[in-house]
Formats: sequence, structure tokens, C-alpha cells
Amino acid sequence: MRYFTHLFLTIDQTNSTLKKIEALVRFLDEAPDCDKLWAVALLAGKRPKRSVRTNQLREWAAELAGIPLWLFEDSYHVVGDLAETIASVLPADDSGSDRSLADWMAFLKNLKDKPDEDKKAAINEAWLSISKHERFVFNKLLTGGFRMGVSQKLMVRALSKHLNEDENMVAHRLMGNWKPEETSFQKLLVEKDAEEDLSKPYPFYLAYQLDKEAEKLGNTADWSAEYKWDGIRGQLIQREGTVHLWSRGEELITERFPEFTDENSGIHQSQHDFVLDGEILPFRDGEPLPFQVLQTRIGRKKVGKKTLEKAPVILMAYDLLELNGEDLRQTPFSERRAKLEKLVKELNSPVIQLSELIEFNSWKKLQKLQENSREVKAEGIMLKQKKSPYLVGRKKGDWWKWKVDPLLIDGVMIYAMRGHGRRANLYSDYTFAVWKGNELIPFTKAYSGLTDKEMREVDRFVKHNTIERFGPVRSVQPEMVFEIAFEGIARSSRHKSGVALRFPRINRIRYDKKPAEANKLGDLEDLIEMIEG
Amino acid sequence: MSQKPLLKFNDNGIFCPKGDFYIDPWRPVKKALITHAHADHARFGSDHYLATKGSKAIMRYRLGDNIKLETVEYNEILSINGVKVSFHPAGHITGSAQIRVEYKGEVWLVTGDYKLADDGVAEAFEPVKCNTMITECTFGLPVFNWPDQDSVFDEINQWWQSNAREGKASLLMAYSLGKAQRIFRHINREIGPVYTHGAIFNSNEILQPQTNFDLSSQRITSETKKAELKNALIIAPPSAINSSWSKKLKPYSLGIASGWMALRGARRRRAADRGFILSDHADWKELNETIQLSQPENIITTHGYTDIFTKWLNDQGYNAVQEKTLYTGEMVDEKEDGGEK
Repeated sequence: MRYFTHLFLTIDQTNSTLKKIEALVRFLDEAPDCDKLWAVALLAGKRPKRSVRTNQLREWAAELAGIPLWLFEDSYHVVGDLAETIASVLPADDSGSDRSLADWMAFLKNLKDKPDEDKKAAINEAWLSISKHERFVFNKLLTGGFRMGVSQKLMVRALSKHLNEDENMVAHRLMGNWKPEETSFQKLLVEKDAEEDLSKPYPFYLAYQLDKEAEKLGNTADWSAEYKWDGIRGQLIQREGTVHLWSRGEELITERFPEFTDENSGIHQSQHDFVLDGEILPFRDGEPLPFQVLQTRIGRKKVGKKTLEKAPVILMAYDLLELNGEDLRQTPFSERRAKLEKLVKELNSPVIQLSELIEFNSWKKLQKLQENSREVKAEGIMLKQKKSPYLVGRKKGDWWKWKVDPLLIDGVMIYAMRGHGRRANLYSDYTFAVWKGNELIPFTKAYSGLTDKEMREVDRFVKHNTIERFGPVRSVQPEMVFEIAFEGIARSSRHKSGVALRFPRINRIRYDKKPAEANKLGDLEDLIEMIEG
Repeated sequence: MSQKPLLKFNDNGIFCPKGDFYIDPWRPVKKALITHAHADHARFGSDHYLATKGSKAIMRYRLGDNIKLETVEYNEILSINGVKVSFHPAGHITGSAQIRVEYKGEVWLVTGDYKLADDGVAEAFEPVKCNTMITECTFGLPVFNWPDQDSVFDEINQWWQSNAREGKASLLMAYSLGKAQRIFRHINREIGPVYTHGAIFNSNEILQPQTNFDLSSQRITSETKKAELKNALIIAPPSAINSSWSKKLKPYSLGIASGWMALRGARRRRAADRGFILSDHADWKELNETIQLSQPENIITTHGYTDIFTKWLNDQGYNAVQEKTLYTGEMVDEKEDGGEK
């Protein structure tokens, strides 16, 4: 695992994209194929399932380090990372073992069905046989929490350099449901005539938020507009009578949405093979339901009849990437769109809707519609250049998302929790409350939106204004007011406040406001009324 | 503990009622005994100061030439109003001491800041037996275990060399008193020229006469040309991170030398290119070892992870309590709270 640990450390120690790519290419040039394949898999988020409970790891590590469990736990709250805490409390050993990454992955897989005593013995031995850095990486793999500061885009660039291949080609080969145990580096990325996988999706094309006046985009006639729907992005694939549904996170989610394989869907019976890009949207009686409805289905593998009735979904289709075996991605959007309209009409499926185009001849008029997006249960407008091809990844220029301004509420901070990762040992996760009479009712948590400098200020406030401590959480004097921005709001019986926010984050600290001037619970209820009409 | 404690904590600092003096007071007092010259321990405004010979130059430089300062040798025993007082090497920085206070056979020890490993600059730590120990615990968690300093300096020299090869400066953040000199002691000057921030340049000038290795460097000024820096090591205090001063030195690789760099999160948060684990404080093992060597019955913890470390000591059978002080221990930059308060 030395090559891989070295790669990890190098990437962890730099913020430069160029340096990261350099390190990846060097790793790919030097490491054995089996390790390369695993590295690619891990970086693509294909992590092995956790084979040991983290509670057991805490106990074993504390015992091996000769410290009581409470001290291990307190240390963990400061470090903010379990893998790092374990790696740091164990006795130092810089011998380093010679086992390859692939070997360690097999070791982890074998652990799964062993009795606890055997697991403990094997893991203790492993911990003591490797250096602190290797131990950290090993623990990350063991706990299933492996992440590295490398985007898909960077990895594709490095692989394309290493293989001397086109980036789009590499990106496409990496898509889909391949497993590192079942393929090889050669098969996955090098062999050209590898058998075409019927389920293989295309890399998604992602848009940036519009960063200028819409007028600056030029002639309205060159652009096509449609609403931006608030669901989860998906690719629906029908090839030779088999149907696959992929999420943007490249997860195969066909089983979770049986609507698309149902007898009545009319999809697998289609004459045509196709790949649709669209939004999986909770939808009833001709209009979208709030995103919270969909949340009841994300993460649920088996869906019962009741759920299907309560949270029915459709695919709001907006692009056609492949038709009858032909890759359409290089043809202009307007042409793909015409083919899409024809196909959706022919399919006449109850679970596929066409995302309608918005007719407009002035940016001003379009802006009016954009500002009122919430009225049609959308979160803004998508702008697509009519002649644009379907690109790979997030690219500027041809596609823009033009999201409606967020909703805002002023809340008082009442709890703060230590963060994780780069916010370890810093109070960075806060709970906010609004007034209900004289009582402060918590209504949301938020973790992001502050600069590092602001976060340190809040951290200092928390440390000096603590009322009570509960492990990593502190209750604080209700003195600081924050403006919270969010994309949507719905009723929720799971929260004390009775509301749930969509994508809450901190917009700014309201130093100018006293706690008494924060919003009231009634203001949140008014927002729901306004949105639900 | 006896009925009347020999040392007690009040609003001004650590007070000895019998001897009528303070140790490291944070407010001006009549008589202040100083463990070491860092700003959170040697504060401005007291009438009389007592410190080691090694602390003298820096204290005069920082607190003013006109302060009334009396100095002692290590292990020299003084009597102040019948209380026996002596200073013992703490291994923290040049001149740093633990202060031993004895009255009628009862011994109290104020450690100040300390470390056990010999860094080749500070007078090496010597354990002192006592009944009651007032100790710091800046890094009092079992996750803090310092690597061998030679391996850390190898890393620093390699980093500097590889930056020099790429034609960019190596900007290394280190405390101007203590860590900066420790770095001078161990760097490989053959790699390139060494430049300093004014704060470090000045400290070095003050310390050179009492130092047996070379502390010379070139000071960064408005006249310094970028071309001179392309293979240079530049040493600056942590407060210069992201300052307008450091912006002028670009392109550079940013390194931070601090015990906090043992935490991956702390390093990533500061967007440093490299974190070097280098501290002038005791790590977990050293804290525990020091306590074993001093054999106290009672322990008072002053700064660092006091609540956790105190609980651990009580678990180990010591009678330990924590006291609030204004000591800050090691900080990554001067605007941030290091550990828990």
C-alpha cells in the first residue's frame, strides 16, 4: 500500500490541481495494475462496505493503546476523524508493510464473515504492522469512509494522460456498474473491443449558476429555456428491452424506482433503444410535489405499495443522449430536443413527461418568469444554447442554471457542535432557533456559508459563552443572530418546529441584529402558506 | 493539601502568600517570578522581575530596558521572605525554567511550559520532585505523539530543497522566540539563503551573543528582490499567514511548524502546503513521564486540554484539579484559541 499511501499524502498536502494530476500520473506510471484498478475504483467512490462496526474499532484501538474508552472518545471529538484518531493513539511503528492495496482490499473482504474475535486479532495485527500514515489510509478503507481530494474530472485527466487517450473516452469507460473484483485495469480502460455493457450510462453534463446578467448572453433566439425542476438528476436507459436508471452520483437506482420497470410504464416494450437525461421528480395530478416527498424514497432499497402511492415519481425528460444505438451527444441541442419530443410522444408513458420549453423573446420577460419559479414548483430556469453539444462534466458557457433567489430567515444560534475533517476541533456546526412567544424553537442546522475567519470568530464566541456541554455539543447563550438561506420549506412532523428546510446554509452573520429581532415561528409558517398557495 | 496552600490562584496570577510574590502573573504586581520570556508568561508592568540569566536579554527587549530585573542561575537557591525558591531547566526555549517553591519541607512546582526532548537549543529539561505540581497540558491528549525531531528536520530540508529546485521560496511559519532558533540550529544552509521576517530577525540579533550557533539571516525589506528569494528559506511568525507582508513573497510554498500540525484538520484548514510536527511543548508521553518523575501527590492543570487531562490523572490515582489562567500555550496563529479554555 506504499504507493497508494504516498499518493494520498501528496494529494493531501497540496491545493494545486496541477500537482494533484502530476501525483496521480506518477502513481499510475509506477504502481502495479491491480493497485491502479483499486485506486481508480476508490477515487470513483466504489468503496467496499464496512465489515466491522466502528464501536468495535474504538474499543479495540483504546485497548491496544492502553487508554480508557472515554479518553479515546474525548480525543476523537477533538480530532474529528475516527481513522485519524485510531492511527494517532496507537504506538508508533514506521516499519511499513509490503502488502499491496489489492491485497489489503482482499483482507478487508475476507474479514466480513469472520467471528468478532478473529476480526479483532487480524485488525490488531494489521495496525501494528504498518506506519501511522498507512494506518490512517487503512482505517479509512476499513470504516468505509475513504475520500480523497480528487474529483472525477481530475482523475479522468490523469488517466487520459497516463493512457494517452481522449478524456471523454476515459470518462465514458469509467461509468457504470463495474466492480474492481471482477475486472482488470486493462479490461476496464485499455481493451477497445470490450463487450458493450447494456447498462452503461454517459457522463452527465452539469451547468454552472448564471454569473452575469441574462442580457449578456446575447440573442434570445440562440437560447432555449425550461424550468429547473427540484428532484434528482437521472439517466434512464432502455436497451434491448432492459431498463436501467442511474443517479448523478453514478449509482444504479433502478430497484428503488419500480415505476420505470412496471408493466404499465411502456418503457421496456418500446421499439426504440434510448438514453434519456432528466429529473426524477415526485409528481401527482400534473404537478411536482415538494422535494421532501422524494426524500422518503432516497436511500430506501425496497419500496412498498404505500410509498408508491404516497410518493409517486416520474422522469421529467429534457435531453436525449442516444437513440437506437447512435450517440447523439455531438449533435446540437435543438436537434436532440426535436428527437426527444417525438420519442416521448411515441412512448406515451405515464411516468415520462417532457420538460416543456418556455417561449420567450426578451430576457426581461424571462426574468419575470424566473423570479416566480416557485409558483410552478420549480427552483429556477435552465438556459441551454440551441446549438450546444452534450458535454462531459461541469463546463461553462453553453448551459446555465438560473436559480431563484433563496428564502431567508434570521435565526438565533443555540447549539454548536465540533466539526469534522478540516473543521476538526472548531465549533462549526450550528443549530438555529426562532421565537415562539418567549421560547426559542430550533428549526434548522447549518454547516456552511461562513469564511474561515468568521468561523474562528464564532468558535471563540462558543468557547466563551457555553452554558452546558453534551459531548461534542455545547449549548450557548442565545446572542448571535444569523441569516439562514434555503431553497424550500415544507411541513414536517419529525421536527419540533414542524418545518423542514431544503438545503439550509448560513448567508451572513447579523451583527446588526439583537436576538429579540430574529424571526418568529409564524414567519416560517407564512412562508409555507405562500409557497403552497 | 495542607490548610494554607503555598501557592494559590487569584485574579492576578499564581500567588505565594508566605513569600509575597507571584509566578507568571497576568496583571502588574509588586514582584513577579517569570518561568520564560513568551508573552503570555512574561507580561508588562510589574515592579520587580526575577528570571533566569538566559531570559534576561529577551525580557529587556520585550518589556523595556528600564524594567527592574534580577537574574538567577539554574538550581541556585534563593530565599524570599523565608520561602526557598529555585529555577530548573524546562527545555521549552532558551532560558525557560520550572520554578520550585519550598516552605517548611513542602515543595510546590510551577512547570511553566516544557518539553523533555533535547532540542539542542534550550537548556535540557531536568525533572524536579515535588508535593504539588502546577503543570501545563497544551497537548494533553493521547493523539499527540511527536515524531523524532531529526526526521522532522529532514522533511523540512527536503521540502526546502525541492522548492528551491522549482525556483520558488519556502515560507516557514514558526514562533519568533524558541522555534525559529531551533530551526536555525538544524537547517542545511547549503540549500540556499535564509531570510527572516523582522520579528525573527530582531529576536535573533538579541539572542546571538548567548547562542553557540549561527543565527544570521537577511531581513525581508521593501528592497528585497523576488529573484533573491527563488531558492530561499523565509522564516516568519504565524501571524504573517495570509498577510499583505507574505503576499509580496509569492510564489512560495507555505509550511507551518507546530504541534497542531499533528491534526490533519488543523493543517488543511490553513491551506498550508506542508505541516511539520514540531512543538516546544511536551507531548502525551512526555507529560505523563514528567509527572511520574516529579512524583507529586497533587496536580493542578493550567492550560491546554485541562478537563480531559485532569480526569485522566484522577483515573490514574492522582489528586488533580484544574485552574483557569490566561496562559495560551501554543497557537497556530495569534488570532486563534489553541485548545479549550
